[in-house]
Amino acid sequence: METLYSLGLQQALTLLNQGEISSVELTRSLLQRIEEVDGRIKAYLSVGAEQALDQARRADTERAQGRAGLLCGAPLGLKDLFCTTELPTTCGSRMLEHFIAPYNAAVVEKLLAAGAVILGKQAMDEFAMGSTSEHCAFQIPENPWKAGRICGGSSGGSAAAVAADECLAALGTDTGGSIRQPASLCGVVGLKPTYGRVSRYGLVAFASSLDQAGPLTKNITDCALMLEVIAGFDGRDSTSIRRPVPNYRGVLGRDLQGMRIGIPKEYFIRALDTEVEGAVRKGIAALENAGARLVEISLPHTEYCVAVYYLIAPAEACSNLARFDGIRYGYRDPESRDLLEQYCRSRARGFGEEVKRRILIGTYALSAGYYDAYYKKASQVRTLIKEDFNSAFKECDLIASPVCPRTAREIGAQQDDLLSMYLSDVLTISANLAGIPALSLPCGFSTEGMPIGLHLQASHFQEEILLQAGHAVETQLGISGMKPVL
Amino acid sequence: MDEAELHRITEQLSAILRYAAKLDEVDISGVAPTTHTQDAVNALRDDEIQASLPREQALKNAPKCTAEAFVVPQVLT
Repeated sequence: METLYSLGLQQALTLLNQGEISSVELTRSLLQRIEEVDGRIKAYLSVGAEQALDQARRADTERAQGRAGLLCGAPLGLKDLFCTTELPTTCGSRMLEHFIAPYNAAVVEKLLAAGAVILGKQAMDEFAMGSTSEHCAFQIPENPWKAGRICGGSSGGSAAAVAADECLAALGTDTGGSIRQPASLCGVVGLKPTYGRVSRYGLVAFASSLDQAGPLTKNITDCALMLEVIAGFDGRDSTSIRRPVPNYRGVLGRDLQGMRIGIPKEYFIRALDTEVEGAVRKGIAALENAGARLVEISLPHTEYCVAVYYLIAPAEACSNLARFDGIRYGYRDPESRDLLEQYCRSRARGFGEEVKRRILIGTYALSAGYYDAYYKKASQVRTLIKEDFNSAFKECDLIASPVCPRTAREIGAQQDDLLSMYLSDVLTISANLAGIPALSLPCGFSTEGMPIGLHLQASHFQEEILLQAGHAVETQLGISGMKPVL
Repeated sequence: MDEAELHRITEQLSAILRYAAKLDEVDISGVAPTTHTQDAVNALRDDEIQASLPREQALKNAPKCTAEAFVVPQVLT
């Protein structure tokens, strides 16, 4: 078969389990695909062909011996901020250009234990700061649906790789929309799980109270499978929650009888593109057709989300990024004569401009005299945002909205207008501030052929409802098999 | 940072802080700050001795080191 690379994750696993294909064949097909199309997509920062083929051979042996794990032999990709011992972990930054982690992230351990094959590490905004992947220090990944368009960010390379059939599925991270927004712009499924559902051990930290790892996949079934593998308590992450992991695939295919879908009036904003709104309304109609009913809800503090986020996230980032001092790992300026000069010059040269900006905002928001006015106040408004959701989830089981106000723009456009870039995150940020799970799935295309995503949010640990509803939409709309022409 | 970068960033940060002043509209009297979205408190593990990273692994990524320590420019003179 020539097009093994175009299979979905579950599809490929079925063929592997039936003995129709081997992991080595499948992995070769994907490596070949990367070779053919990645010059145009630029999704991968590193590809570990030899290690991947070794893992594939091992997977084939394990399957032959009847020891196949849930992902046995499935070739996957990782955003380049998951620590891996066999491939560099650059986090899209010059600061970590040559960094090889001394241990694997908890989720990487889980993928490997389930038998997965790791193809390589994927491009991202530097330290996950950005929503276009244009802040990657090495290359800017491009949208598979149209050359010259952004693929979103910060997990842009991962979304692009899944859309371009350069991996069966990928793992990304989401601090303010960094899984869901690129998933929406590239026409794939992306899930940000509940804060604490997935271990953050071995992730390069950005904003520790907001970061969460999750899957980017070709369909909802694959998303449920990936979540099942990566979810669960981990004693090495003190914010990880001790709670059993359900069989997420078990809910797929159930109708939505009795489910209440909240439509927040604050999310259908004036800046919303009419084609985006049209496609999202079709996705919502699909939920109704499957048996759900709509209720209008209000999330009154929505307009403050962006301001809260752009104080809290940089505050946490400036603290997390203090570790990059050029001493234990990372870039060190070779010419500095004393320690202070070495700190300053290593950071000045190692970090890109967006990272510096956020470190400066965060440092200012935390500084004596301004702490109450900025960081503390933002944390208080965060409480009100969280309470908005608590009230809303008394009236509905799920909240439906767009993921982004517009489809993918051109690379390089609008870059100087920083605030408008930050404002485009308005619809995804609140899920991180409230710690709730949220899903993006394809619901249509614009007239120029760019993908549009439907955003579903649920209460803490209600990932099953998201997947159940997402599956119903996917089945009715029938667009999940559509592929970009490459 | 060079002068041009400094100038550009100063203006951008001012714009962001002006935007953040939007929060002044919200009545936050008596509202407790949120730093953690789950109800969990004090996640403690058992105080057991566990293996730590071997020294050569910990030093592996250092820009400059000896067989047993990180090397930095002289601090005391």
